[in-house]
Order: sequence, then structure tokens, then C-alpha cells
Amino acid sequence: MDNLLAILSGLHPDVDFETANDLIDGGILDSFDLVTIVSEIDEQFGVAIPAEALTPENFNSAHALYALVERLLDE
Amino acid sequence: MGKIKFCAQLGFALAILLLLQALLIPKYMESTQEGALIGEYYANAGGNDVIFIGDCEVYENFSPITLWNEYGIPSCIRGSPQQTIWQSYYLLEETLRYETPQVVVFNVLSMKYDTPESTGDPTRREAYNRLTLDSMRPSVFKWKAVQASLTADERAQDAQFSYLFPILRFHDRWSKLMAEDFTYWLKKDQVSHNGYLMQTGIKPMTDAHPAPAPAGYQFGSASWDYLNRMERLCRAHGIKLVLIKAPTLYPVWWKEWDAQIRSYAQEKGLLYLNMTESLDEIGIDWNRDTYDAGLHLNVWGAEKAAFWFGRILATQCSLPDRRDDDALCARWAAKTDIYEQQKQTQLASAS
Amino acid sequence: MNLISIRFVIFSAVLLVLYYRISQKWQRIVLLAASFCFYLCAGTESLFFILFTILTTYFCARCIGRNQARLNRFLSGHPALTREDKRCRRDKTRRQNRLLLALCLTANFGLLFFCKACLIQPLHQALSDGRLSFLTLALPLGISFFLFQSAGYVIDVYRGTVPAERNPCKYALFVCYFPQLIQGPISRFSPLSEQLFRGHPFDGKEVSFGLQRMLWGYFKKLVVADRIAPAVAALRQSEYTGAAFGALTLFYAIQIYGDFTGGIDIALGLSQALGIRLPENFRRPFFSKSTAEYWRRWHITLGQWMKDDIFFPVSVSAGVRKLSRISRSHWNGFGKRLPVYAASIVTWLATGIWHGLTPNFVLWGMLNCLVIVVSEELTPLYRRFHSRFALKDKPWYGLFEIIRTFLLMNLIRACDLFPHVGDYWSRVCSLFTGFHLRVFWDGTLMGLGLTGLDYLILAGSAALMLAVSLIQEKTGSVRKLLWRWPAPVRRGLLFLLGLAVLLMGHYGIGYQASSFLYNQF
Repeated sequence: MDNLLAILSGLHPDVDFETANDLIDGGILDSFDLVTIVSEIDEQFGVAIPAEALTPENFNSAHALYALVERLLDE
Repeated sequence: MGKIKFCAQLGFALAILLLLQALLIPKYMESTQEGALIGEYYANAGGNDVIFIGDCEVYENFSPITLWNEYGIPSCIRGSPQQTIWQSYYLLEETLRYETPQVVVFNVLSMKYDTPESTGDPTRREAYNRLTLDSMRPSVFKWKAVQASLTADERAQDAQFSYLFPILRFHDRWSKLMAEDFTYWLKKDQVSHNGYLMQTGIKPMTDAHPAPAPAGYQFGSASWDYLNRMERLCRAHGIKLVLIKAPTLYPVWWKEWDAQIRSYAQEKGLLYLNMTESLDEIGIDWNRDTYDAGLHLNVWGAEKAAFWFGRILATQCSLPDRRDDDALCARWAAKTDIYEQQKQTQLASAS
Repeated sequence: MNLISIRFVIFSAVLLVLYYRISQKWQRIVLLAASFCFYLCAGTESLFFILFTILTTYFCARCIGRNQARLNRFLSGHPALTREDKRCRRDKTRRQNRLLLALCLTANFGLLFFCKACLIQPLHQALSDGRLSFLTLALPLGISFFLFQSAGYVIDVYRGTVPAERNPCKYALFVCYFPQLIQGPISRFSPLSEQLFRGHPFDGKEVSFGLQRMLWGYFKKLVVADRIAPAVAALRQSEYTGAAFGALTLFYAIQIYGDFTGGIDIALGLSQALGIRLPENFRRPFFSKSTAEYWRRWHITLGQWMKDDIFFPVSVSAGVRKLSRISRSHWNGFGKRLPVYAASIVTWLATGIWHGLTPNFVLWGMLNCLVIVVSEELTPLYRRFHSRFALKDKPWYGLFEIIRTFLLMNLIRACDLFPHVGDYWSRVCSLFTGFHLRVFWDGTLMGLGLTGLDYLILAGSAALMLAVSLIQEKTGSVRKLLWRWPAPVRRGLLFLLGLAVLLMGHYGIGYQASSFLYNQF
């Protein structure tokens, strides 16, 4: 989780990712950010996030994203 | 309550639209008077023994006033510029809704046009369609006439609806309105005399008329079809159909065309008069009796042509002299007055 | 059937009456019949294309769905399988489905490609030669819109986000629902199908709102876009360079905005009158402060499609991941962003080709991409600039950003107009070498086929469109605002708008028939 927060903060230092839960719907992360996050996660966790997982539900909060990573690690 | 209010508002909006439409459509009262002719029939409908149908060669070349005053034959002309035979046919159908004359006279010159495209420039064709169709009253005949008359351009633009609601065609005229449009906004005058458009000018005949021979002399199948339908319609109503070629030399009425109509008339037992063969008998003086160098007759020519033709109608078609009917007499006397008055006014303004 | 033809207006009126007269369970049948009718009017050849797309995507989605279901049944029936076995099974199904998807997309997009290559190319040729052949009319109506919509559906089924539709009639309605058939918007399956398949009771307010929106669309299309069209056509000629080219970019912006948003308003308005909400395609795009924002506000559904179905899949694809690993090991900052840029380039290339196969559209896509990438690269610079000078909150700075983006997008958009890239390039250069403002008063503008009255009407209409956009930006909906006004005033205003369309619209004989610009895409 800390690794994930570090990735996110690297993109937008001014956002509190611990609590924010409208990252996509609130327009904080754009599609460039999404793709950057995906490749960072691939780099650090060794998890390939498929295209169909790039949805607002999975990216709206750091917790949702973490849950996604865990689920993919489990598969 | 709300519903009544809504309907009142809707009615108000419709009234404004109708007023606007009346303002925007061309009036044909001072300029391009030919556009008013077809619409003027409705005021003169009923009680006519003869109905003329055709193009400019009928509404410029025969004076119904002469027919009445010389022979007591009440008649009306349903002519319009470059009227095509499909328009003539549906005009005839419409006329029969108002009255059943004893004789229908059709000028055969328009047999040469087989399709809207064959009449030449499509833009001009559209203008001519407007002059004939716009003043027809809404009816199933009008709709059929419109459908038959559309040019390819018009068809592509769904222009048939604009003949029902002419504001769709003339919607942009608001920037080009003339005094005439306001003068005749809500009330129109009669510009013709039972469909006859008077011309008092004189311009002697010249031979400077181009007369290129057509590609082929055979009339098209659509032309024949409409002529057949016209013949059947008249027969069904007990009307005598008379085919004429009006007494003007241009545009040329080729002898090959003449032969086709002659044999058709013979086959169907119709009277066919090629009046260009009787010019001497009619007494046309090409130095005095034409207003545009031989294309159309002026009022003196039209009176001569009507005088000659009236005798044929009275004898060969045995039309009765109606001058014993007082009501008719009074009506035609009034028409004659207006006719003579206009003749004098036109002459005075010309000199 | 053209959206601006009287035939279409009559067709819509008849449909609306019928639609609300019959029982709600028949409504979708009426819609399907109407859609086929609508499509048949475009010619029987076009029907072949849409039927091909409907059938191939329907069966392909069914197969994919069945494979997936079989896999799920198997997995739940054998809970004892090892993770390795499960993965093996999953991969096998995935491979099968991927093959099916690829076949289906290749067949359909191959058809589109073929059509565009065969038909659009001669269109440009004909336009530049000044003659049009019948071929130009033969491009199946709105082919790219229904194709993208059905392709999006198959991709969604493949991803498992929507189940495959069993009822072919329902699916056919989703693909050829006629209001969106001609120029979009491109809808996703679940939000649209849910609305299409259920009944809609008559709701006076919705119908009224829908019709109002249609009227506004007709205003933008007939009064604005078609009126300015002759000037745009004239300004494309080679003698107009420098400031005149600047005027062209502005006029074209007005034309395409009126044309495209007008057409969308007609489509969305009619759909709303039928009780079906289609996704918005524009959100006041000319108020954008950056190119990236512009593309989130202009042709939104296409942008969304490109993002979901090209940008994301490409950026998580094996190739880009490999590229990412390599670039990261070489450059630290830029290396991280390189994969994103690579995916952007692919996406913009596809968007350009979607608009047309001529080189100018490729250039157009690349220019858009370039601007977005450059501004992304310059982000740190902007941040430093803004922390030094506190301009961000100043209202005039916002206005500056809007105007800057507007002008830049106008310039890029003008690419559409010149099939030969060289023509475009020389015009752009002339902006810097021969910019003389005198064209605005030396009579040049009067020689473009527009009269002073035309310019007056255009200026008034543009002001009205701007006012409406400002109100929308502030309060959301002009129609909702009007709804709170007394009914006679509201109806009076709408009647005036209707009169404006009737009297000032460019339609009928005497005007060049100009169909919507976006039909051909």
C-alpha cells in the first residue's frame, strides 16, 4: 500500500491519496496518469493490469486500486 | 382552461405564419402577371361552354370577350407559361371538379416536351412550375400535378412540400420585398380576362427566330400517354375535345409533328385545327397583330383568332348562342367593360 | 434521409405520434421498423453494410459469451483445480475469444477501410477537380458510427463488462437506432440498450424539451453553418493566404461547430422526445483551456471510444510494456512517459484515419498529438511559471488560455480543408509572412458569396450561440431556465426561434444542398 501511495504522490504531490475517493470522477487523474500508474505497478509489483480493469471504479481511490492489485496477484 | 389557452396560442401562431406566407409569396399582380392566371379561374368557374387548356399560345392568342360578344359562347382559358401536358391534364381534371364544359380546347404545342428535363434549363423549369402550380388551390389534382412536374433538383430537395406550403420556397424573400407585395398582401385583383392576358403593344414580325430542328420528330411516350388520358377523360364526361395549334409561327410547329397529331385525331375522331394553315383566312397581319415579333399575338390578333375560331365552335361543335340569358349577359357586359377600359389604359400609357 | 429534409421532419412527427399511441411493449418494434425505414431511404446497398455488421458482431459476441460461460461453468464445477490449471483454462478461452474478436473486427473495419479508400478518395479528387460523381453518394450512411458502436459492444463482451445480447432484434435496434445513425453520438451498449428495450410512457416535458433541442439544432445547422458554407468554400482557393487564411480558420470553426453540434442536437433532441437519453457529445468545447481539455469536450463519445478501445489496450499491451521497461532503464523521467506517448501516437493516428484516409487527416491527428505531448512535457515548466507569477486565479488569464486554445485548434482543424498537405503548409506559413489585416475591410469578405446581410445574421446568430453557451456553462440548461418562465413568454420565444429557422435558414431550391459535414466520416 505504501508503495502504491508513493507512485500516486509522485504524479500529483498536492493530492491526499489516503482519503480521496473521486480520483477519476473528480478529474484528478487523467488518462495519461492512468497509464503511467499501470506501468509503474507493472514495474514494482509485477502485475499486468488488463485494459478492461481501467475503469473509474478501480481507480477512484487508492484503496480500490490496491484491492485490484491484490486480486490480480491472487489470480 | 390550460388547453383552451394553448389552442388559442397555437391558433395565433398559425395565423402569423399564414400572414407571413401571404406576404412572402410573389403576387404576380404587376410583374410576371402570367403567374396569376391559373388562380384567376376559380372566380370565373362555372357556366363556361368552352375551356382552353395549354401554354402561352392559348392565353395570349384567344380573347374570350370576342367569343362572347360575337357568338355568345362563354369560355375561360386555363393557360400558363410553358405549361406542360401533364400539368394540362391535371388542370383539366381539376376543372371538371368545378364545371363540365361542352368543349375542351387543347393546344398541342406542348406535346414536344416529354419530361420536365426536356424543357431545357432546370432552373427556368422550376420557375415555370411555380407560375403554373403555385396558384392552384390545394387538391389531389394539384398534388399529382406537382409530382409529375418536379425537376430532379426539386425532387432531391423534397420540393413537393413547398408547393403545399409555398413559404418553404419563398422564405428568404423577406429581404427582397417590393411595394407590390404589400399592396396585394391580402387582396388580389384580376389581371386577366377569363384567363386571357391582354397585350396592346405592336412589334412587327421578323424572321430572326432560331428554329433548330429537333433531334427526332417522334413525340415521347409520356406525351402520348397524357394526351390519351385527356381524350378518355373528355369522352367519359361527354366533352368534345378539340386539338388546336394556335396561329403563331414560332416556335415552329414541324410538319412531322402535324402529321402525327392529324393521324391521331383521325383515329380518335377528334377535330384538329392547325391554325397556322389558315392565317390568311383569319386575317393575321404580321406587321400589326403581334406584340413580340411573331411569338404571340397582341389583342387585335387575339380578337381575330377568336373571331375565326368562334365560327368553327358554333358550326362544327354546334355550341348555342347564350346571349338570351340575361344573367350571363350582365356578367359578360361587365367583363367587356373592364376589357375595353384596360385596352384604352394600356394604349394611353404606351403613347 | 437527410436530418434537415422536410421528409425527416414528417417522418419524425409520424413516428412520435405512433410511438406514444401504441402499447409500450411494442415501442421498440416501432423503433426498429422506423430505423430500417430510415436506412432504406439511403438505398438498398447501404442496408447490406449495416446488416453485415449487425450479423457478424451479433454472432461473434454470442460465441464469445458462450465460451466464457462454458469456462465459468467448468471452473465452478471443478473447485479442486490448481491455480495453474485454472490459469491454463482461462488462457485457452481467452485465446479463442481473442481470435474471434480479431476476426470480427478485421472483417468490419476492413469493410470500412475499403469503403473509405474507394469512396472518400475520389470525393476529394472530385472536390479538387470541381466535379462530383455518383460514387461520392455511395458511402454507406454513417458507416463509421454504427461500426464503432457495434465494435465497442463486441469488445465489451470480450472484456466481460456486458453480457452478450441473445435477442437479435434487440441487438439490431441497438446498432441501427436511427437518431444516432448519421453522425453519432457513439453509445455504449449497457446505458443505451437498457433504455431502448423498455417502454416509455408519454412525458410532456421530455417531449417538449426534446423538440426544443431539435429546433435549436436546426437553427445552428440551417441559419449558421449552411449560411457560412459558401465563404468557407471560397476561402479554400489558393489566392486567399495570410489573414484571409486566418479568417478561413475562424469561419470553418463556426461552420463545423454549427453543423456538427446542430446535427447532434437534432439527434439527441429527437431521441429525448422518444424518452431515450443519448450521451452528450459536446460540452462547450470552445471554452477549453487546453488541447487535452478540448478533446474531452469536443466529439466526446468518439474520444471516449478511442480512449477505452485503443489508447488503454495499446498502453497495456505487451509491446508497450516492453518499450516501457527499455525506456525506463535508459532515461529516468522521459522514459516513464514514453509509453504513454507511444500509445497516444497510435490513438491519434487512428483518430486521423477515422476522419479520412488522405494525408492531411494523418497530419491533423499528429498535430493534435504533438500539441498534447509537448504541453505534457512542459508541465513542470508551467508549474514553475505559475508558482513564480500568481496568474492562475486572474480571470483574464483564463480568457487568454481559452482564446489561445481556440486559435490553436482552429489552425489544426483547417487541415481538414486541404487534401494536399503542401497547400495547408503554405497557408500556415503565409500567416507569418503575409498577414495583412486589410482583407477585413478592403472588400475581400464581400467577394466570398455572402452579402452584408448574411454577415449581420451570422454575427447575430454567433452572439446568440455564445450567450446560450455561457448560460449553459453557468446554470446548466437553458431549457430548464425557460421552463420556469411564464408559458406564453416561453412559447413566444420558441416561436421566434422557429421563425428564425423558417425565414433565415438556408434550405430549399436556390441553395446548394449541403448535407452534414460529418456524414462522410
